[in-house]
Parts: sequence; structure tokens; C-alpha cells
Amino acid sequence: MSSPEYWTKPWPSSSADIPPPSESAPAAVAARPTAEQVIAGLRATSEGGPDLVQLLTPEGERVTHPHFDLDIPPEGLRDLYRDMVLVRRADRECNALQRQGQLGIWVPLLGQEAAQIGAGRAMRPADMAFPSYREHGVAWCRGIDPTELLGIFRGTDHGTWDPLEKRFHPYTIVIGNQVLNATGYAMGQRLDGKVGDGQQDDAEATIVFFGDGATSQGDVNEAFVWGAVYDAPVVFFCQNNQWAISEPMERQSRIPLYQRANGFGFPGIRVDGNDVLATLAVTRWALEECRSGNGPILIEAFTYRMDAHTTSDDPTRYRLSDELEAWKLKDPIERVRVHLVRSQFADAEFFAQVDAESDALAERLRAYCVDMPTPPPERIFSQVYAEGSPPLDRQRDEFLTYLSDFDHSGGAH
Amino acid sequence: MAETRSRTTAQGPDANTSRPARPDAGGAAATAGGSAGATQKITIAKALNLGLRAAMERDPKVLLLGEDIGKLGGVFRITDGLQKDFGEQRVMDTPLAESGIIGTAIGLAIRGYRPVCEIQFDGFIFPGFDQIVSQLAKLHFRTQGRVKVPVVIRVPFGGGIGAVEHHSESPESYFAHTAGLKVVACGNPVDAYWMIQQAIASDDPILFFEPKRRYQEKAELDTSATPGPLHASRVLQEGSDATVVCYGPMVRTCTDAVRVAAEDGHRLELIDLRSLSPLDLAPVFESVRRTGRLIVVSEAPGESSIAAEIASQVQQECFYSLEAPVLRVTGFDTPYPPAKLEEEFLPDLDRVLDAVERSLRW
Repeated sequence: MSSPEYWTKPWPSSSADIPPPSESAPAAVAARPTAEQVIAGLRATSEGGPDLVQLLTPEGERVTHPHFDLDIPPEGLRDLYRDMVLVRRADRECNALQRQGQLGIWVPLLGQEAAQIGAGRAMRPADMAFPSYREHGVAWCRGIDPTELLGIFRGTDHGTWDPLEKRFHPYTIVIGNQVLNATGYAMGQRLDGKVGDGQQDDAEATIVFFGDGATSQGDVNEAFVWGAVYDAPVVFFCQNNQWAISEPMERQSRIPLYQRANGFGFPGIRVDGNDVLATLAVTRWALEECRSGNGPILIEAFTYRMDAHTTSDDPTRYRLSDELEAWKLKDPIERVRVHLVRSQFADAEFFAQVDAESDALAERLRAYCVDMPTPPPERIFSQVYAEGSPPLDRQRDEFLTYLSDFDHSGGAH
Repeated sequence: MAETRSRTTAQGPDANTSRPARPDAGGAAATAGGSAGATQKITIAKALNLGLRAAMERDPKVLLLGEDIGKLGGVFRITDGLQKDFGEQRVMDTPLAESGIIGTAIGLAIRGYRPVCEIQFDGFIFPGFDQIVSQLAKLHFRTQGRVKVPVVIRVPFGGGIGAVEHHSESPESYFAHTAGLKVVACGNPVDAYWMIQQAIASDDPILFFEPKRRYQEKAELDTSATPGPLHASRVLQEGSDATVVCYGPMVRTCTDAVRVAAEDGHRLELIDLRSLSPLDLAPVFESVRRTGRLIVVSEAPGESSIAAEIASQVQQECFYSLEAPVLRVTGFDTPYPPAKLEEEFLPDLDRVLDAVERSLRW
């Protein structure tokens, strides 16, 4: 697919909305919109704006796009639907497990299933993903069972999967750190000759996930600079879920996020993040561009966090319920279900089967969670260093000896 | 005694010229690729350059990243000529952002490379601090060894060069305090040559501190010798009256102090720590048990520092052997002063000798 041209257009939405400057004001000052005007402009894009790539409307109607389209069979649609239902069910179960005290905290993905499944299913096995901490749907696509996420939130480990085998980096909790790490990894892919003419079978790309709040971080901006300067094959995948805990978009940016890419010298695209087909099509295209040597690319998946930032915050304190109600009408799963039904691509038996499968997953998750053993105390000292540390070894030995004294005396510890 | 001495640094033999290299006890880099057998008198700066070159010749996965390290050869010329010989892909002039340098180096390491980052000056490492302590230090532990991040971060550190603010700091204790990192400091050309290669060969992330005001000091280097292990302190001078422990730029200062003290009849034992994390304190304990006295010397502010850690551990291990309290000679607990005052701030020959006198008089 040729590179779309429209990302180089100036931001089209706001100029007509902004009142002309007062005649008495100096021109340079008057040309700059007020904060209120900017916020008004950003809110005007709450529907995604004219540049939003969409292939499936909230009403479940299939539409086309001049640059991005997707030839997907009914079976493929059913698979995407199944993915989204299962990760939502896993997410809801984990949310409940936190409420019942089985998990210390949970980071909900509710509402962002399409963004994550679309992006995750766009990847090839050799591609590498760097998540933040909410990418349960991408983890699912990388073959990581939801049970493997539990230890992070129950406090038994920091992630149990092999990042190099699964091609899925550990969750990163410090905001934005992983965007630089991913860019460095992508630089390595290029140095290894894995980026080429698009015909290579062993071509690779990297995709890194972060939120709208992370775009304010220095690390993310530095990653944009590095990605551009070194032509790194990295897709910067920003899930704009509209809220960074309690801070709205207008606390992060005066322009739509995807347009920031222009300033760094690479394409930025806004996709309907609640549309799994559009997200799949755009991400598939972006990864292929990277594998072909045309990266980096910024994708802004325009979506909405339907639940809290984590189970520790209370969204009713900082956002209005009508906003939530409006976004419920754009639910990423419901529109696929409607499309499947209308198109007669799926019958009641299929939906019942997916529901049964999600019930079984939730049951398995719950059983696994409550039975998870606490690791032995040696874990504290385990693998701190690749080549060991004699003082740390002594500290471990002394502590284990101390603990063993309790065992000998028959006391509990 | 101290009042009568000149404040100028005494001239004396270099710290390492008269002692043989220890036999290898498991050091990762056993030989110097491409330049074996040559004995030459070179500076610390040149030794680092040769060490980097040897590491790059030995392993094609070794990459250098940093600001101005390519065509310019680095602000101290440590990487001089390396881009010309190894190309822009292996000696990368980076954009100007320390978090970017370290954060991308972590990604390159995950991919299988062995990046060596140059931070131009000690005070500029703090924009990269988050990546170092949040990611670099913890990835091996977080993944239980599945992900290795063999990144070396070279930091020219310490004062004494008349520089402006942020160019003369000693931040090593921040990193020694962070589990998952290893921290070393070279004090002479022989160590500079071998330790940089051993650090690059290590699978652990290593903060490599270089004494910038000693860059031009020379010593004989035999590149065919076999180096000792990286994380081992070393007795530079044997003595029986008191023990002096130091590292990095203070190695030269303390070597001079030991020599001058000898003229007054005091036989001091001098130990170069070399590795700041992990600390190899067994030779220090052994020494203090014989001498009964310890003076720890460091440019860094003393509070909550490596010097403080050594004092604490020595009193814990050698309590019944001590004839005097452990004394610290350090920078003050202040921001680094303007250059015209750094002579007062930095531990010098007189302050070290004054501490020796106080310890011996106890």
C-alpha cells in the first residue's frame, strides 16, 4: 500500500471554529488561540475528527477507507470477536478478584479491547512488542495465558513469561520508559539486517504501547527523536483513552496526538481504537512499513477507558457519567457482534459457544489465582545479578540461616 | 604536620608502575585482542581508548553510543579514531539526551548487543537516572534472568579540572545504592585498560567511573599481562601502622600521602577499592585487623556515601581490632563549589595526612 498523503495536512478542524483576533491585539499574540479555544478544538475531535480511520461504524456497519481496507473472511471476524470477548471476561474477572482481596490491584482494559486485539493480531511472530501495564489483550495475542498476568497484581512475581520467546517484553510501570527501550530494540533489528525491501521473509518490526498521558514524558519524546534519526522500525502505538488517571487530554496536548509525529518527521495516523478492523488494518500497514524500512510511525488509537485507571481510583470524582454513556454506544465488542449477526456470519450457537468459553476462562483464572503459592524467601535474592555478588550471597545465606532457626524451634514465621 | 606542607600535589612514582599484575582469578577478559605483547607508557585516556578498541575487535556486538563520540572522539577524546575504524553503526553519535542514550542502549542490549554509553560529565547522568535505576538495574531480576542487559555506562567523574557547575561531581554512591547495578572506578592506566574490557564482557550492567582529572597520568601498560578479577580491591602498598582506602582520582592523592608519611616513619597500607559495588572488603578487614586504624578517602560528599558504608562495615567486622575510630576524608556535604574553591573542597595530601596523624595519635 502506498503511503497515505493526508497525514501531512495541517490540523483541519479548528481554524474555522476560532474567532478572529481582536483588532486591538498585536497580531502575534492574537494568532495564538486561548486555552479555552484549544480545549474547544480538542473536544471537537471527541468523535475522532475527519482523519479518523474507521472500517466498522458503532452501528456495526462495514465502511471502506481510501487508503486502508481489509479483506477479512467471516472466520477472521469471528476470531476477532472471540478474542475481544475472552480478554474482556478475563479483565472483568481480575477486577472482581481485586475487589475480593485476591489481587492487590488491577489495571482494567475495559473499552480498549479493539485497540489491543487489532494491534496484537497485526503482528507477525517475529515482531517484538513492548507493553506498558494495561496490555492484557496484546499479551493474549502473543500467546500469554491470562494466568501469567496474575502474579504481577497478586504480588508473587514481576511476570513469568519469557520475553524473548513470546516476543513480549515485561510490563513496564514507569510511564514511558519502555518507549525508549523499544526504540533501541528496533535499532538492533535494523543493525541485524532484519529491515529490508519488504520481500524478506525474516523481516521484523517492533511495536510499543503507551497511553495519552505518556506523551507528556521526556522519554516518549526522546524515543520519537531516536526513532526518526535512526530510521528505527518501530510503531509507536498510543492508546488515547482520554484520561491519564484524572487528567484529561487537554492537560497533555494542544493538538491531536497523532499530529505530533509531523514535528518529529514521521507519519502519524489516528484510527478508531474501538474499531478492531480499522486498528488491525492500520497497524498491519504500519508494521509492514517498518519491516520495509519506512518506519517509524505513530498510531493514535482513539478509544476510551470505560473503567477506572486502576482499581485504586474513582472515576466518578473526575468525569461525568454522560461521557461514559456516550462511549458505551461505541462499544468495540457490540459493533462486531451486530455486524456478525446482520451479515449472518455467526449464529446463536457461535455466540453461546464463545460465552461458554469465557465462563470457563474466568473459572480457570479464579481457581489459579486463589491457589497461587507465595514464592520462597530465596526469590528476594534470586537473579539480582547475572554474574552474582558475594556480599549479596552472604546476606542471603545469613537470612536463610536466620529463618531456618525458626523452623527448628517449631515456630511460624 | 599538615600545616607545614605544601598544598601542591607531591610528585612521585605512579601508583602501579612497580607492582606486578595479579594472576587471573576469573576475570572475564583474559587477553587484549589485536595488541598482545606490547609494553608502553600511556595515559589513562589512551588506555581506555585501547581497551575499547580491543573489546570492539573481540566482539562485533560491542557498540559505543554517546554525544560527540564519533568524529570528535568525545569531549575527552577517549573514543578518538574509533568511529573512523569501526564505522558509524558501531560508534554512534547520538542526539543530545541522556535518557535516550541509556534507554535505547537497554533495548539494544535486549536485542543481543553490548552497548557502551558515554556520559560526557558526571552531572549530566541524572536525566538518565530513571532508565538506569528503573529499567537497567531491574530487568534481570524482574525476568528472573531471562533478559540480560550488559550495558556499560562510562562516566568521567570528580573534580579538580576548574570546570563550571555540573562538571565535577561524584555521583557513584547513588548507583552503588541500587541493587542490580555494578559500579567500578579505575585509578590508573593499567586498570583503565583491563577494567573497561572486563566491564564490557560482563553480563551485568556496570557504571564505569573514570577519574577525569587523572586522564593524562601515565604508567607502563603490558597488554600481554593477565588481569586480575574486575570486582576485587587491591593492596597497592603494604604497611602496618594504619590502612588507607580509596578509589578513582584519590588513588594518586593517597599514593602520594603514603610516600610522604613514609618519610615521617609511618608505614601505611594503601588499598584501591576498584569495585564500589559489589565491595570487596575482605582485604580491608584483614588489613585493619593488623593495623588497627582506617582512613577512608573519597571526593564524594561523605554523608550516606560509599565511604560511610566502608566505615560502617569495618566497625562491624573489626570492632575489637580497632585502635581508633574509622576516619573519613571526603568532599563536604555541600553542592560542588565554584572552581576557585574546589582545592578547599577536594581531599588533598594535607587532609589525608592530617587524618593519618589524628588516627595515629588516638
